[in-house]
Amino acid sequence: MAEKNNLLVKLDNGGVYKSSKWLVRGVSLELYKGQIVTLIGPNGSGKTTTAKMILNILKSDEGKMESYTSKMAYVPQKISIDWTMPLRVIDFMKLTNHINNADITEALKLTGVENLLYNQINNLSGGEFQRVLIARAIAKKPELLVLDEPVQGVDFNGEIALYNLIKKIASTLNCGILLISHDMHFVMSATDHVICLNGHICCSGTPSAVIKDSAYIELFGEHTAATLSLYKHHHDHSHETDGSVAK
Amino acid sequence: MFDDFFTRALIAGVGIAIIAGPLGCLVIWRRLSYFGDTLSHSALLGVTLAYAFSMNITLSVFIISSVVAILLINLQKRTKLAGDSLLGLLAHSTLAIGLVLIGFLSSIRFDLMGLLFGDILAVTTDDIALVWIGGIIILGVLYFIWKSLFSATVNYDLAAAEGMRPEISNLIFTLLLAGVIALSIKMIGALLITGLLLIPAAIARNLSNSPKQMIIIAILAGIASVVLGLFTSLELNTSSGPSIVVVSLALFILSLIPLEIRGQLQK
Repeated sequence: MAEKNNLLVKLDNGGVYKSSKWLVRGVSLELYKGQIVTLIGPNGSGKTTTAKMILNILKSDEGKMESYTSKMAYVPQKISIDWTMPLRVIDFMKLTNHINNADITEALKLTGVENLLYNQINNLSGGEFQRVLIARAIAKKPELLVLDEPVQGVDFNGEIALYNLIKKIASTLNCGILLISHDMHFVMSATDHVICLNGHICCSGTPSAVIKDSAYIELFGEHTAATLSLYKHHHDHSHETDGSVAK
Repeated sequence: MFDDFFTRALIAGVGIAIIAGPLGCLVIWRRLSYFGDTLSHSALLGVTLAYAFSMNITLSVFIISSVVAILLINLQKRTKLAGDSLLGLLAHSTLAIGLVLIGFLSSIRFDLMGLLFGDILAVTTDDIALVWIGGIIILGVLYFIWKSLFSATVNYDLAAAEGMRPEISNLIFTLLLAGVIALSIKMIGALLITGLLLIPAAIARNLSNSPKQMIIIAILAGIASVVLGLFTSLELNTSSGPSIVVVSLALFILSLIPLEIRGQLQK
């Protein structure tokens, strides 16, 4: 599907070893321009670790990591800005690049927070800050965008709008997106390639292929009873009231 | 113009205040105030070694402070102790080693008070040159690594992901801190350097809305502390280093007033 010269990153059999255990191992993935790849999996399954390998924050302890772009932007999972620093949204937008004010306003408008330009970062609500984080990443016009649970704390309507925005960015900026998300609806409807992690790659492929994979059903169908109702409608199988898969 | 000891003290002190402003802000933002303390305690060991091997004091303090800083970074990776425990360990052990060594060098008469609190009134023209040239180098390097250092201060992962190479700028920053301590130990003393780094930056935090503003105000507050402190010490015949820090503290208390007023207005 994607051509060779559109390749942005290629991780071949990567893994991270820390405190005498493998956080994640045997992960291979390729990301091309204009493509959305999502990582799904339970907590502690190595999604963030994998994202950090792709971003070269963590070195892979085995395998090989090849990177063909330096224009990367990152929306980390959780960051808190220390109150000891007076930092306005506008300062934060220019953190790693010089970006002109028109582009900053444009990006903040896209995520619906253009009115917060001169607000102090530490006075923002969780959802507002998340929108600023996404806007900052977009304003950089990256070739590779890594989003780690980007809509956490965002209200319901905002969540849908931001997911639509993410989908749009992949084509308008022609950038590759690596997304970590728990929103199965978005994952299954909008992404090109899904990787299901649980310490290693359980299964991967197009959303329609992954949904039918027995490893996926095992991981999401039986072990995460509490969240089952969320995923129920997107599965090709149904569940009993106690969460087990109906035969 | 450099003939008068008081003028020399002013010029040297203002130079240090200018360097301390931006570095002090970074120390506050990164919660490194105890780190500054540790470096300045170890500076005492540097001075002792300088006497023992008849080396240049500034150079020797810079080397020892740098070694301690790098030791700390490595220890942090290797042990399960928290940063502040390691800092305490290094601060007091280097201080103790320094004091033990002083005992061995009984042939040399030490001015321990001078070392701990500095003597800005004894500044020579050479010292002034050292402060200003050293200061220009420190600020120049800081300007060069600013984007990387600042983004890593806000969020390390973000800086690393977006190609800022934060591990390099972190190391350089540590060396710059060692540098400012080396430059100022003779004038401000090992115990009070952290005060001159921290208090003006703390004043600036109360009065600023953006990082750039905070740095500028920290520099101005530092200069005001030095100038007013020196005049106070001249007037009241008090020791100069502590006077500077006391004035700085007074300015800090004053800087709380606008915060109070703003708080009242918002009610």
